[in-house]
Amino acid sequence: MLQTGPSERLAISNMADIVSARGIVRQLAGSIGFGLADQARLATAVSELTRNVMQYAGNGFCEITDTSDIKEISIQVLVEDHGPGIGNLDKAMQDGYSTSGGLGAGLPGTRRLMDKFAVESEPGLTRITINLIRQRP
Amino acid sequence: MKIPILRLGRILLSSIQIDLTDTDALQFQNDLVCKIAETEALGVAIDITSLDVVDSFMARVINDTASMARLLGAEVVICGIQPYVAMTLVEMGRDLIGADCAFNLDQGLKILNARISTRGDTALNWGDDDATNRTV
Repeated sequence: MLQTGPSERLAISNMADIVSARGIVRQLAGSIGFGLADQARLATAVSELTRNVMQYAGNGFCEITDTSDIKEISIQVLVEDHGPGIGNLDKAMQDGYSTSGGLGAGLPGTRRLMDKFAVESEPGLTRITINLIRQRP
Repeated sequence: MKIPILRLGRILLSSIQIDLTDTDALQFQNDLVCKIAETEALGVAIDITSLDVVDSFMARVINDTASMARLLGAEVVICGIQPYVAMTLVEMGRDLIGADCAFNLDQGLKILNARISTRGDTALNWGDDDATNRTV
């Protein structure tokens, strides 16, 4: 059983929730010792994923967990929705592919920003988990 | 949320000081492009020093706004991108920001002024509507 620290679950159902989610993850990241660049990486990743929730599913949630231990500081973010799912996951992970007229930079960009990136998607359930992990100094 | 757009001669200045929702960002784009057309601004400086997060959507809004401004005939400089924002943008993917950039507003204005003065279509007029500085 994985021991985890405090966790915050945020509903994502409007545009303002995207702004709060990225603000909250940035604040948590700062408070447990991530530097400014990592705070920006996490906030950007959360922004991309929660926007996808809004855009494709209309609503969902985002759960931010402090998964730090004695050796490393670490944050895990789970973003989940009950929308139509990602039709073609391989393509969705490619740069420049978008079904919504976007840049197609969201998912592949998020994967590059994070240390771990896991996605499972089927109609009715899309769940993306990201982690950023740094050794304690 | 309205982002103020200030006019300084034929240059427009705007500083985004708060984290914008997507709707706010598009509203800003609309306001700025309309203001450029209305004032026939020759240069536009957009200061984003206070933005801690620029994701792919915001990057696209900034790029599109710069392209729209150029189509109208204005020069554009994006000022003050934070170092960690720059890192994130490049790690996310190349070319997320294609517009010209400057360290800060001061340098941005110098770039705009230099560029406008070499365009040769209209001299920059810092006085309000007094035409005495117009030399072309």
